[in-house]
Amino acid sequence: MPQNDTIKDLNLDEYKYDFITEGKPKFRAEKGLSEEVVRQISAHKDEPEWMLEYRLKALDIYNKKPMPTWGGDLTNLEDTLDEIYFYVRPQDQMERSWDDVPQEIKDTFEKLGIPEAEREILAGVGAQYESEMVYHSLRKEWEDQGVIFDSIEDGLKNHPELFREYFGTVIPAEDNKFAAMNAAVWSGGSFVYIPKGVSLDTPLQAYFRVNQERMGQFERTLIIVEEGAQAHYIEGCTAPVYSTESFHSGVIEILVKENARFRYTTIQNWSNNMYNLVTQRALVEAGGHMEWLDGNLGSKLTMKYPSCYLMGEGAHGEILSIAYSGNGQHQDTGGKVVHVAPNTTSSIVSKSISKGTGRSTYRGLCKVYEGAHHARSNVECDALLINDTSRTDTYPYIEIDEQDASVGHEASVSKIGEEQLFYLTSRGISEEEAMAMIVRGFIEPIARELPMEYAVELNRLIELEMEGSVG
Amino acid sequence: MSNAPILKISGLEAKVADEDVDILRGVDLEIRKGEIHAIMGPNGSGKSTLAKVLAGHPGYAVTSGQVTYKGEDLLELATDERSRAGIFLAFQYPVEIPGVSIANFLRTAVQAHLPEGEELDLFDFSDILTDRMELLEMDISFAERHVNDGFSGGEKKRNEILQMAMLRPSLALMDETDSGLDIDALKTVSDGVNKLTAENPDMAILLITHYQRLLDYITPDVVHVMMDGRLVRSGGPELALELEQDGYKDWRDDEAVVDTD
Repeated sequence: MPQNDTIKDLNLDEYKYDFITEGKPKFRAEKGLSEEVVRQISAHKDEPEWMLEYRLKALDIYNKKPMPTWGGDLTNLEDTLDEIYFYVRPQDQMERSWDDVPQEIKDTFEKLGIPEAEREILAGVGAQYESEMVYHSLRKEWEDQGVIFDSIEDGLKNHPELFREYFGTVIPAEDNKFAAMNAAVWSGGSFVYIPKGVSLDTPLQAYFRVNQERMGQFERTLIIVEEGAQAHYIEGCTAPVYSTESFHSGVIEILVKENARFRYTTIQNWSNNMYNLVTQRALVEAGGHMEWLDGNLGSKLTMKYPSCYLMGEGAHGEILSIAYSGNGQHQDTGGKVVHVAPNTTSSIVSKSISKGTGRSTYRGLCKVYEGAHHARSNVECDALLINDTSRTDTYPYIEIDEQDASVGHEASVSKIGEEQLFYLTSRGISEEEAMAMIVRGFIEPIARELPMEYAVELNRLIELEMEGSVG
Repeated sequence: MSNAPILKISGLEAKVADEDVDILRGVDLEIRKGEIHAIMGPNGSGKSTLAKVLAGHPGYAVTSGQVTYKGEDLLELATDERSRAGIFLAFQYPVEIPGVSIANFLRTAVQAHLPEGEELDLFDFSDILTDRMELLEMDISFAERHVNDGFSGGEKKRNEILQMAMLRPSLALMDETDSGLDIDALKTVSDGVNKLTAENPDMAILLITHYQRLLDYITPDVVHVMMDGRLVRSGGPELALELEQDGYKDWRDDEAVVDTD
């Protein structure tokens, strides 16, 4: 399909998913974060005592930790948090069948194209509406293989021992202020377990969106990939535009056991008033292979640094990330690789696009512990600036305590050049399409790693974002 | 009228857009359909600037004169509109577009050349592309490479000819197409151009070149000599040979511009 027509056909305004479905939540906790709210959440979820205690302890840690002073500007965040609902529950229980899903929620999914995706491509959808899974299907053959793909709540309910063994072990509540907040009020997210030796060809996909004004979303995901298993998990989010500031703080914990392979793909497109502060980390055992593929669009401020802790010999970690910052947006993203064991390898490829007054920051850490001999790491970050008012910064932190390690870092900054535009327009291509084409080319190394429908979606989002960048 | 010029340039003056540096100082030129004109001249004489101004490069500003293309005011058209009207510029230094395949780039360009509302059929496009690449004796896998990214000088120039073959211009401006090519590459590229002119005898070509050697392979109808922003002499192909022997030096002395300011 020719790109010019794609833009016209979509006929959308600056933000693609700027609509709000009338929902009637059954339960909404009071505004702000308090012990009372935490107790209400836990009671509503009918949780075991240990989880309530865990939440309360995390709340205490949250209250004691100061706001971070690095990264993006969080000065107005405390006021925002006082106005946020920390828990909203749209329905009383999980839906197993599409027919049981309420019409208004279906309408929202319709606008996002979910039913089609469900029918044609998605083998198992964990669609998160507001704070909980409302619709969740799992392919039968996966169940037969012992794969668990549940909401995080059901994971706790149905697999209590497995859950308790791993929950909070990759990212403890003490890790950082927002991990503590999430540990106190988490709601929604996925629980995934891939048994030993099981290999899934079709990705597990979760799709969710926030749709309650001033509602914080605190999704929590726990994924365990057993020895020699292989899987790919995909998550995409969009959120509607609101007049007040919104907040998202997720925690994603992943365990990649010996010789297992796992890829976690996210494309996030938050509304422009969203604070998006996410902690995501994978522990990779010997011979294991972990890849983060992370796309960040939208939001007011995103702070997100997917990390790989390479714990066992020969473990490999990879982080591919793409960030887009439009007017007034700040993407403070990057990745962390921590080499603990010998012969571990890692690579970070980060690409950012800044338009208008948008700002993109690459912030990365490469740490090699003593004893992690023959560790190898390579970092490449490329920034593309669309306008003179756009900004980019790079903060590569490198800490090496082992003599015998090799670490490389490359960074580049480019601007869309007059000569590139002239070349393309001299072939009859409009200036706007030429811009979009250059940007698509810039992100191609990342987009080609995505499943086709996601690559198309990412390209379309970028095209929409590039509209009006000419002149 | 069949003998009306496809391109008529009168008194064209142009400067670098952000500076007060005049480069073209009154160019007059007429090209009829099917004609091949060559403009030769020393470095800095303004010949590449003329090609860029005709294609609509934003880095130059026209300060005086007219350009009529197919009876219309060319200077009123934006760069992309000039291309859609049938003007093609083969670049001296083709630009790299990383991450964009030649096939994708060509498809977008060909689509842009279709009338409004007409949709390019992907199978048709694929057929046309295969046909054009066969004509130019290019391997189809070339189309999967990213536009000019990591190309040799010869590959870049061949990619220009491929674009020309796809877009089928009425007027091709070829800016120092021979520069940076060894003799084999020069033959291949000239061969491509000759095939396109054989196929479409109405296509007019304006060759910009510093050296005579390109004209051994593509025979011009008219040769012009450019000095200090003006065409100072015109003649047949023999003029190129004369230049080759005597160089531009004498020209500057004898025919140098009478009054530059």
